[in-house]
Amino acid sequence: MIDFLKYTRIYLAISLVVIAAGIASIILWQFDYSIDFVGGTSLEYQVDKNLDRSSITKLIEKQEVKVQEIMTEGNKVSIRTNAIDEKKEKSLRESLGKELKTKITVLRTETVGPTIGAETVQKTLIATGIAIIGILAYVAYAFRKFNFALAAIIALVHDILVVVGSYSLISYFFGAELDTLFVTALLTTMSFSVHDTIVVFDQIRDYEHRYGKGNIYDYANRALTDTMVRSFNNSMTIIFMLLALVLLGGTTIRFFAITLLIGTITGTYSSPFVATPIAVWLESRKKK
Amino acid sequence: MRFFTYISIAAIFFLILWIDLPRAIPIKFTLFERKFDLSLRPPVITTTFGDAPFRKDFETKLGLDLRGGSHLVFEANTKNVAAADLQDALESSRDVIERRVNLFGVSEPVVRTIKTGDIYRITVDLPGVDDVEQAVALIGQTAQLRFREQGDEIGVKEATSTPLFAQLTKDTGLSGKHIKKASVTFDQQTGAPQVALNFTNEGGKIFAKVTKRNVGKPVGIFLDQFIVSAPVVEQEITGGQAVISGQFKVEDAKQMAIAINSGALPLPIKLVEQRNVGPSLGAVEVKRSVTAGLIGLSMVMFFMIAYYGRLGIAACIALILYGLITFAIFRAIPIVLTLPGIAGFLLSIGMAVDANILIFERIKDERRAGKAFETAVRLGFGRALDAIKDANTTTLLVAFILFNPLNWEFLPQFGLVRGFALTLGIGVLTSLFTGIFITRRLIFIFYKKNND
Repeated sequence: MIDFLKYTRIYLAISLVVIAAGIASIILWQFDYSIDFVGGTSLEYQVDKNLDRSSITKLIEKQEVKVQEIMTEGNKVSIRTNAIDEKKEKSLRESLGKELKTKITVLRTETVGPTIGAETVQKTLIATGIAIIGILAYVAYAFRKFNFALAAIIALVHDILVVVGSYSLISYFFGAELDTLFVTALLTTMSFSVHDTIVVFDQIRDYEHRYGKGNIYDYANRALTDTMVRSFNNSMTIIFMLLALVLLGGTTIRFFAITLLIGTITGTYSSPFVATPIAVWLESRKKK
Repeated sequence: MRFFTYISIAAIFFLILWIDLPRAIPIKFTLFERKFDLSLRPPVITTTFGDAPFRKDFETKLGLDLRGGSHLVFEANTKNVAAADLQDALESSRDVIERRVNLFGVSEPVVRTIKTGDIYRITVDLPGVDDVEQAVALIGQTAQLRFREQGDEIGVKEATSTPLFAQLTKDTGLSGKHIKKASVTFDQQTGAPQVALNFTNEGGKIFAKVTKRNVGKPVGIFLDQFIVSAPVVEQEITGGQAVISGQFKVEDAKQMAIAINSGALPLPIKLVEQRNVGPSLGAVEVKRSVTAGLIGLSMVMFFMIAYYGRLGIAACIALILYGLITFAIFRAIPIVLTLPGIAGFLLSIGMAVDANILIFERIKDERRAGKAFETAVRLGFGRALDAIKDANTTTLLVAFILFNPLNWEFLPQFGLVRGFALTLGIGVLTSLFTGIFITRRLIFIFYKKNND
């Protein structure tokens, strides 16, 4: 048996540093919100030669469309503008093709009105809230311990903070946009986090069943020792899957896969190193 | 009895494999000097329920983000509609849009209404359509059919001097909504194409009144404010039928019938969101994701076998079976696969592996505690199941809330999140099944020989 709980302060420090970095990044740089949230038009064209960004911008702005962002990657051009309708998009595309003498193939065009974004955020937050309450109720019921449920939820919030914070960093350094896929990844992290925590708690519950009520500190340490290998192995399998997706998968889901990867890592980390110490702390406080 | 069990398991297994077949596989062989040229393809069920024809094929349905197409969201302007009629107006708007979209020749379009607070929206999914402009124009068009008669104030003098359409100013109250069906017919004498109108009961009654009071006078038929024809009424028409004749070509008559059939939208709509994925992008994404998934899966299997040896092989077989079963379920329901949907599936694979790892670790524990093999499997399984049950229940709970099965308006109603939740939920349920029933059998098969 390894005394994992001896180093609680180190875990706390690690968590605090990561979360603080993320929050600092959110305060400094916020997010790069996709049109899913703020509205606008996003265009992705395939062209047949390398194009100069500033000339494209000039041509678009000539048509009184405001370019917010423009990126070229090989023969792919991604343009983000204020919201334009499909007729404007067509005339824009035709004039670009004519002026720059290139054949344009539409890879993707998206236009979102500004009102929809706020709604998406609101609905997702409500869904998240309901999910958290549901999890709290279920864990409290399954383990007959409210403290366990509370600890699981704190670990969950910890994971959400880690993912949101690091996404702000990724957003700043690599240009990832906060979109609905990110929201999906966040929700996945949530369910994974609780899933993982429950496995550890289950082991503690198992010891209590076998040896009766005893020292929670001791049981928790044993449970951690028992489940460490499985937690690690399990996360490795998911990490393998996601790494393959990040490295080889399509470009549309790259940041999505990265977010899931971060979520998996923090979800695995938080079960033994956040949820369990908190559960132990809460339980031992109760006894005094 | 045993034999029967094995036969049914084998039958189910081959059924699953059959459903999973990627495409038609040609089988050519020569047997006893006879040439066989067959092809093996996923099953297609064609039958009839009463009068309704029923066809079920088992093909992978891909979402718009993967196969390309347009997703349009319209917002309805509900200002001029009474609150009580709103739902009706919205539903019939959806029906009209559906009819128009079907005219567009799109395969499997999806038209839905979504209510959020007091905002009413209609979403239209058009797989394979990349000309958004044309699609929007078609959906938003208004074909309004009107019948007008001469205004009361027209004197004899004006009746001869003003053009006919300018005289027909009084609306009869008869409009496109009173038409049950419009179709192209041909005049029995001249063979000229014409449009036959079938009125609804109410429409037939109004039409009878209109024709009765206008015997000897013209009644104008207007489509979108343009006069189509203004025949002079010869007698009261009570049969609920009428024809529009004129100098039409067959094509014109057809267009007109279509326009009248699809009618006007009961609610004015405005496009607020459109997403369009070209066909090439989706194909690339699918190919890459599948490759990545396969490579990831083989890494997982390699890892499992390297770490758990014999048990790892059992887990891998369970995993492959798991993948095949889940995929068959996706095809059978069918589930529309989107990128987040695939992510949900991959995550559920991770959780399926997790169930196996949990079981193995617990069995190992029991073995270390000195239990005999069979007892160890039984106890280890039982203990692992507790954890698996609790862990998966919370995952199912989250999937359920995100999928929003009752379509509550305060929860996410957008496709991406729901697609994810659905594949995750189905995946977790299947993994519970394979974890409990299949892994257990496999462990006995693989371990027994070793221990005997």
